[in-house]
Amino acid sequence: MAHVVEVRGLKKHFEKGDVQAVDGVDIATREGEYLVLLGPSGCGKTTLLRMIAGLEEPTEGEILIGGNVVNGLPPRARGIAMVFQSYALYPHKTVLDNITFPLKATMSDRDARREKATWAADLLGIGELLGRKPRHLSGGERQRVALARALVRDPSVFLLDEPLSNLDAKLRTSARDELKGFQERLGTTTIYVTHDQVEAMGLGDRIVVILNGKVRQIGPPQEVYSNPADTFVATFIGSPPMNLIDRGDHLLGFRPENFLPLEAMSSHGDNLLEVDVQVHRIEYLSGDRHVYATTSGLGPDDAHIIARIPATVNVAVNENGSQRFAVHEKDLRFFDGETGVVTEPRQVRT
Amino acid sequence: MTPVHRADGVGTAAPEKVTRGPEPTPRPQLPKRTFADNEGVLAKLFLLPTVLGIIGLVAFPFILAIVFSFSDVTTGNPSLDFVGFRQWSTILGSRVFWTAFRNTITFTVISMALIIVIAHILANVLVRDFKGKWLVRFCVLLPWTTPVALAAVSWLWLLNSIFSPIDWVLRWFGLIEANMYYLGRPVLAMGSIIAVHVWRIVPVATVIIMAGHMAIPGEINDAAEIDGAGFWRKLREITIPLTIPISAVAVLFGAILTFADMTVVFILTRGGPTQATQVLSSWAFFKGIEGGDLAQGAAVALFLFPLLLAAAIAILRAVRRSEVM
Repeated sequence: MAHVVEVRGLKKHFEKGDVQAVDGVDIATREGEYLVLLGPSGCGKTTLLRMIAGLEEPTEGEILIGGNVVNGLPPRARGIAMVFQSYALYPHKTVLDNITFPLKATMSDRDARREKATWAADLLGIGELLGRKPRHLSGGERQRVALARALVRDPSVFLLDEPLSNLDAKLRTSARDELKGFQERLGTTTIYVTHDQVEAMGLGDRIVVILNGKVRQIGPPQEVYSNPADTFVATFIGSPPMNLIDRGDHLLGFRPENFLPLEAMSSHGDNLLEVDVQVHRIEYLSGDRHVYATTSGLGPDDAHIIARIPATVNVAVNENGSQRFAVHEKDLRFFDGETGVVTEPRQVRT
Repeated sequence: MTPVHRADGVGTAAPEKVTRGPEPTPRPQLPKRTFADNEGVLAKLFLLPTVLGIIGLVAFPFILAIVFSFSDVTTGNPSLDFVGFRQWSTILGSRVFWTAFRNTITFTVISMALIIVIAHILANVLVRDFKGKWLVRFCVLLPWTTPVALAAVSWLWLLNSIFSPIDWVLRWFGLIEANMYYLGRPVLAMGSIIAVHVWRIVPVATVIIMAGHMAIPGEINDAAEIDGAGFWRKLREITIPLTIPISAVAVLFGAILTFADMTVVFILTRGGPTQATQVLSSWAFFKGIEGGDLAQGAAVALFLFPLLLAAAIAILRAVRRSEVM
């Protein structure tokens, strides 16, 4: 099966400011996949998306869409549709004219264009807004117009550049849900750029974690979350981030929700790593307790640890008290002290 | 590993104890209100110089001009005698006035059309990235920074009836046989005036329209490109509609500037040959100041005021309606 989008050894160097924005990226999407490019701002994810769209020319490497090299082809010839962060609706055109705009290049019949636009608008539930101008729409409605405008092109791939970042927090959750359902119904391959790990985890079939123009890890959300490839991925994904304890030549890592009071652990025959901690502060967040603590039992120096105790665990934890916590040995991860890359398990008994 | 935890964990370990500390000491007395705090008085004080300037330099001369146009005042006889509409009927009956009126309209319409088209093209070029952009921008702005006196000397030489380098070049290419006498023939003289005026105003118009181009969000241009719009469709459906408000402002300023301008006419032709390039502002100057007939000069100068006012209001309203961003 041909990959819908594939990039090979892609590099982008900006002369201005001498920036290596994208530094040797290889990615291939699967048919109908929802691929999320995740990374902090300035990591090169948007540049990568713009190169796939044809808005930037790569310095090196190849871009293939539907098996054909599209380097040098203008955006309109690539069979892609893009939704921008600002939605980039044409402010002087009505919603209908915005949606029919991309069709003018390919469809000469005015009624056919109108019919197609109405179909897309109805699909997204904005059928009654066709006569309005973008400035009279809410953020969520604008996003749907932008999606409808992308949809009418019948693209082989959707490129979405942080389409939720302009919505308020409440709307974002429902819009995320709708985006996912929308893509599942259409089955169109989608590449989605975000800096928000929650969006990435919630939407992606696979996540590509990018830092400084390089891919750090590709995998399904669960895989990236529980088996991070390095300390960057371990701390960038997850809130609170993975606990990392410096042990000289290597770092010991475990997720806050795996680190619980000893009484709350069911051993099931697994080996437990037990340690005494000094609790400093407790935060109540959405029913969970976040426990900020220090321990001297895991490394040469005092280490700061966060534990996330789920609402279902009722064990008492006291601020400024000392308590025995534990983590299953299967939940321990090890990273190289120099490079931060994941390594073989080590002996952790103290 | 992460020092953030320490700041969170230890630094704020017992927030309750902090809030139960000793009572805060009473606040020190606020300083008395001074003159500098009295915004009502200060605002009026700061506005005063501007208001005085406008009254002295705009309102007073304007009212004086209206009074003059209904009197028989001349530089030789400065006593004001009310004569009703006599000056107005005199100028409306004069052939030169109507020539000047026609010329003003022709001059303004043709030069504004040229200015807007050229400025749009230049703005389109200058917003792009290319090598030597800085130098091209500098060259485009140069005419605006050239002192009028210097420009006048150059243009008088370029358009000279005997020594015109333009004629030399045209002759060298075999395009003309004899000299053109640019400023000696009515149509060529008007053309020359329009050309020089366009040369002077294009830089400002370019800068204004360039600002309009740069105000279009980059993502809208990207979206148009993805949506398959080529250069012309993008220009027709995106760039021009989105720069209309600012272009309208440029046209308004340019038109008023052109209507009221007599510099180019004065320098190149002084209204000649035989009043063929006279415009209302130059005619008002020659009549009222050089000829000494202040009353008629005032009437000529005021003639276009209602027209300009109406045009300005209409354009500004249209701009407000078409504001889209």
